[in-house]
Amino acid sequence: MPHLPPVASAARVLKGRWAPLALLALLPGCNMVVMNPSGDVALQQRDLILISVGLMLLIVIPVMVATVVFAWRYRAGNKDAAYDPDFDHSTMLELGIWSAPLLIIIFLGAVTWSSTHLLDPYRPIDRLKAGQPLKAGVKPLEVQVVALDWKWLFIYPELGIATVNELAAPVDRPITFRITASSVMNSFYIPALAGQIYAMPGMETKLHAVLNEPGTFDGIAAHYSGAGFSDMKFKMLGMDQSGFAQWVERVKADPRRLDASIYTRLEKPTEKVPVIRFATVEDGLFGKIVNRCVEPGKPCMSDMMGHDRRGGGDPHSMRPGSGSPPVNDAAPMHGDKAEGALLKDPGEKGTSPHQSKERLPGSPGNAAPGNERNRDMTALDPRSTIPHARAAGAADRA
Amino acid sequence: MDPTFLKTIFGRLTIDSLPIHEPIVVATFVAVVIGGIGVLGLLTYFKLWGYLWKEWFTSVDHKKVGIMYMVLAIVMLLRGFADAIMMRGQQAMAFGANEGYLNAHHYDQVFTAHGVIMIFFVAMPLVTGLMNYVIPLQIGARDVSFPYLNNFSFWMTAAGAVIIMMSLFIGEFARTGWLAFPPLSGLDYSPDVGVDYYIWALQVAGVGTTLSGINLVVTIIKMRAPGMTMMKLPVFCWTSLCTNILIVASFPVLTATLVLLSLDRYVGTNFFTNQAGGNPMMYFNLIWIWGHPEVYILILPAFGIFSEVTSTFSGKRLFGYTSMVYATVVITILSYLVWLHHFFTMGSGASVNSFFGITTMVISIPTGAKIFNWLFTMYRGKIRFELPMMWTISFMLTFTVGGMTGVLLAVPPADFVLHNSLFLVAHFHNVIIGGVLFGAFAGINYWWPKAFGYTLDKKWGLVSFWCWSIGFWVAFGPLYVLGLMGITRRLRHFDDPSLQIWFIIAAIGAAIIAVGIGAFLMQIFVSVRNREALRDTTGDPWGGRTMEWSTSSPPPHYNFAFTPVVHDLDAWSDMKARGYERPVEGYRPIHMPKSTGTGVILAGISIAFAFGMIWYIWWLAAISFAAIVGVSIFHSFNYDRDYYIPADEVLHEEGERTRLLALPAGVGSHN
Amino acid sequence: MSSSTLSSDPAQKATFYLAEEEAHDHGGMGGTALGFWIYLMSDCLIFAVLFATYGVLGTAYAGGPTPREIFELPLVALNTSMLLLSSITYGFAMLAMERGAQRETQGWLAITGLFGLAFLSIELYEFANLIHEGATPQRSAFLSAFFTLVGTHGLHVTFGIIWLVTLMVQVSRRGLIQENKRRLLCLSMFWHFLDVVWIGVFTFVYLLGVLR
Repeated sequence: MPHLPPVASAARVLKGRWAPLALLALLPGCNMVVMNPSGDVALQQRDLILISVGLMLLIVIPVMVATVVFAWRYRAGNKDAAYDPDFDHSTMLELGIWSAPLLIIIFLGAVTWSSTHLLDPYRPIDRLKAGQPLKAGVKPLEVQVVALDWKWLFIYPELGIATVNELAAPVDRPITFRITASSVMNSFYIPALAGQIYAMPGMETKLHAVLNEPGTFDGIAAHYSGAGFSDMKFKMLGMDQSGFAQWVERVKADPRRLDASIYTRLEKPTEKVPVIRFATVEDGLFGKIVNRCVEPGKPCMSDMMGHDRRGGGDPHSMRPGSGSPPVNDAAPMHGDKAEGALLKDPGEKGTSPHQSKERLPGSPGNAAPGNERNRDMTALDPRSTIPHARAAGAADRA
Repeated sequence: MDPTFLKTIFGRLTIDSLPIHEPIVVATFVAVVIGGIGVLGLLTYFKLWGYLWKEWFTSVDHKKVGIMYMVLAIVMLLRGFADAIMMRGQQAMAFGANEGYLNAHHYDQVFTAHGVIMIFFVAMPLVTGLMNYVIPLQIGARDVSFPYLNNFSFWMTAAGAVIIMMSLFIGEFARTGWLAFPPLSGLDYSPDVGVDYYIWALQVAGVGTTLSGINLVVTIIKMRAPGMTMMKLPVFCWTSLCTNILIVASFPVLTATLVLLSLDRYVGTNFFTNQAGGNPMMYFNLIWIWGHPEVYILILPAFGIFSEVTSTFSGKRLFGYTSMVYATVVITILSYLVWLHHFFTMGSGASVNSFFGITTMVISIPTGAKIFNWLFTMYRGKIRFELPMMWTISFMLTFTVGGMTGVLLAVPPADFVLHNSLFLVAHFHNVIIGGVLFGAFAGINYWWPKAFGYTLDKKWGLVSFWCWSIGFWVAFGPLYVLGLMGITRRLRHFDDPSLQIWFIIAAIGAAIIAVGIGAFLMQIFVSVRNREALRDTTGDPWGGRTMEWSTSSPPPHYNFAFTPVVHDLDAWSDMKARGYERPVEGYRPIHMPKSTGTGVILAGISIAFAFGMIWYIWWLAAISFAAIVGVSIFHSFNYDRDYYIPADEVLHEEGERTRLLALPAGVGSHN
Repeated sequence: MSSSTLSSDPAQKATFYLAEEEAHDHGGMGGTALGFWIYLMSDCLIFAVLFATYGVLGTAYAGGPTPREIFELPLVALNTSMLLLSSITYGFAMLAMERGAQRETQGWLAITGLFGLAFLSIELYEFANLIHEGATPQRSAFLSAFFTLVGTHGLHVTFGIIWLVTLMVQVSRRGLIQENKRRLLCLSMFWHFLDVVWIGVFTFVYLLGVLR
């Protein structure tokens, strides 16, 4: 890997020197998880914070001290202090005040460049922790993450299981997260494990991380996503190998199964969703979610983009329409997009009530899980609409 | 009645749109109505309408426009701060079983409104107001380049504020966060009026901001007094020039971006949707290409104020004027190369992230140089601890920490753990309150005697100063800590009871700041009451160095009876040092622009237009739009736009000043 | 222009003010021209955003029509020539204005306006055709970006024409006075600016679109 040895070693020296700072930061009595994480990636990010702060304090502390000292020493009442009203330039001083921050930024820039590449969320893990490189042939655990309104869906493709609002992983095994969202932007963040990365509809982001300590950790949505955002959180369970195997068995014993039709129900906005476990998952569901074609009949974005690329046809022909299907034969628009306001008939304009009020008794809620108004304020429990029996999914489609 | 007919007339406005079931809003509404009726009644009783209309609303005098901007900013500060207090209260109590007193709907509007109001309708009018007031005086001009446009700009900004205030009582505001990221702000996920209020408030105010930016750039370039070369321009004018260049070069991006968002909402296009090839990431890029320069738009004039204040109250020339100017220009340019640091976590490659991280850090070099320049201006000075200087020192201590956490956030892997956290919230409040707001307070205390002829009360000023300086750390220190505990921003409710103490401390901090705001209002009130005792007859209460202090306080309508000639950077110091004698005769008629009500009228119609668009009342929108075009054309037929102040009147005004100056030195003056 | 000297010792004391002056041209030509230039640059940024948007979304057809299917280059070429000709005729109007020939100025302005109207009509015809074929702005991100970019330009031309008519009325009422000359100059900059933007649209959207 492209380590930058001088910077890294310098960083280590600094880390040593500024270790007291770390203690200072750990104010007694509160759990600063960012300063005291349990995953190797987050630990390196913590070190980086300490190194950067240490570097900057080299200049910040003298500046703050000098501010106070100068302000006091040169107060108008102090007759002992020199007064030099025309002192407005000194080439040496100016060189100094530009080059001091410059030097620090050069150093910090080098640290930034190397650490950004080393800790790139897209870069696979190559060590379990400091001084413990990854053994060859260890396959990371793949977890597919979907930010739904307002809960997290985790799919384990190797194990064929899925969970909502509960993520389990064995310690000391790298994890590869493939992340997307169903409707709006979100951010997937487990502070104890690693930094966050956005979850975006129609797109896939990646995060590589490894957990080093067993325990239960908080996972959060770190990007505001609407009414249910506050309670969109989950627990990450860090377990040893056998514990993880037991957990998998428990999930596999659950009567629920996740397929496209169940997913479309799960996707509806709900908040404060308890843990749901699915013993099986339909193959390729995550791909369909990313490409926004879970609903039968919807064209997948990947197909559409492929079509677009082919749409150029013969690039050298000037004949209109060469190599492309005629306009009106092209794949249809999605039917579920809201119509632009100007195109609505007066009768369709709807109303815009002032909705700060609490839910009214007549609000749709469970009676109409798909209702748009459920985005405003919902406390639906999606479990009530998800069939328990393994065969129910099939029956539902019929 | 036929519902289709009703909807044609009223759009989606129904009786349900009024917040009749929302006690907090209803109480506010009642208070506003009573207060409003009271104010209107008093105005009518004292027959002030004509005065206000003639002397203020329609005035194109840059000084009056500047003061109106400040009034707008202070009024909106109260609204924005009320939102802040509500948030602090909610977060301090909503733990475990306690859901707090705000539901998600209300809370989400509150934090969105807080951000939008504080940036667009507090910070922006504060800096625009100060620039408007001070720039022409500092460069020795009688007004800005386009005085009518200036009045119009102010009223468009005020119209934006009115639109945002309407959302409190009619319908609701956006529930999207202050930058309204799609797809959440798209029609699919925010079908209500909130985002439309957001869009139109910003668009209307944006017209004003852009035009005012153009106006001030041209003013600084074209209207400088003879002899004032660019390198003799006061630092405040330099930073203002850079700010206005940034405004001109970034607000159109905001306008275009919001146009695209409104097309998505009104026409059903697919710029930022999840369907048909739309790309929400593009919105993040576009809005931050505006958004990052925006923070420098706010902070640069504050830097200018601190420079003027430090130099004046240290009784010294500014240290490193040249490097100060270059630092400002470098910051201006670099501010366009850093926007991506607002979304490192979107998954750009490591090289892209580190490029933007390093460019961000590079900005700290000129900023650091500025801090050093202020330090060495104080060095070997004779520092008088008047209020403006105290704000400046508090700024230097506060802002440095904010700058440090900012550079920390510019390290991408560190940002991955701190992004969107309360640490970030603490950081940007640290620089905006510690920088922009402290700068505005320094500026208000510094230039108030110029604007009104008497200094501000020092006792209440000190109360305000200490409350803000201490309250800030009590309110935002805990947020830094909470950020390191992995707590995200914009949360309405928490489970972990161990966090509560931090939020309670933060709420106490907000209460201290509230006292600071109260003391500031009290300071103004007391000063107005004691204005005779605080009177400054010299026009130069601080021993000022730049040209605004050469005029009387308040300056005459025409600013300068004779156009000044400049020989040195600190023009007024130079004039004083070389025995400048005020001319007392030989006055000539002065050519000045006439007042016009067109700005008020156009802004009023813009509100109607925005209301029509927000509520889908198409007929209203169409008529208002036609009216805007019509009034503009009509206004262009008015060629009678200027007049001459007769020499007699100038003689009279200047004679009055001569009389005041002849009074024994220091009578009623502050020092 | 003499400056008052207040002092007996001119070496020590410089002049600090102008006793006689007309130095400050309120809304003078220089200020207005600079201001209008800056406005044009800010408008240019709006177009830059729209161009960038088109650059990002220009191939997001969403399975819908592609540029080659829907752009009719001959029509667009005709349209382009209308706008270019209108720029030339505006130039003639300005030349006539410099000579002080009011009737001639008005004539060229009228011709410019007619070319502008022709441009708009052709553009609207093109839009109507596209929408009729189903290539609406809602169909795909590419079409959204296309309609917005071209439509924004069209909207500018529309306002240019309204402004032009207003100015013709003002010139006919007050003649070629200084204010009107200044306004004509501003409109001239605006009009040529739209021309330049259109050349960008024609190249970047239409020509490259068909080639792609």
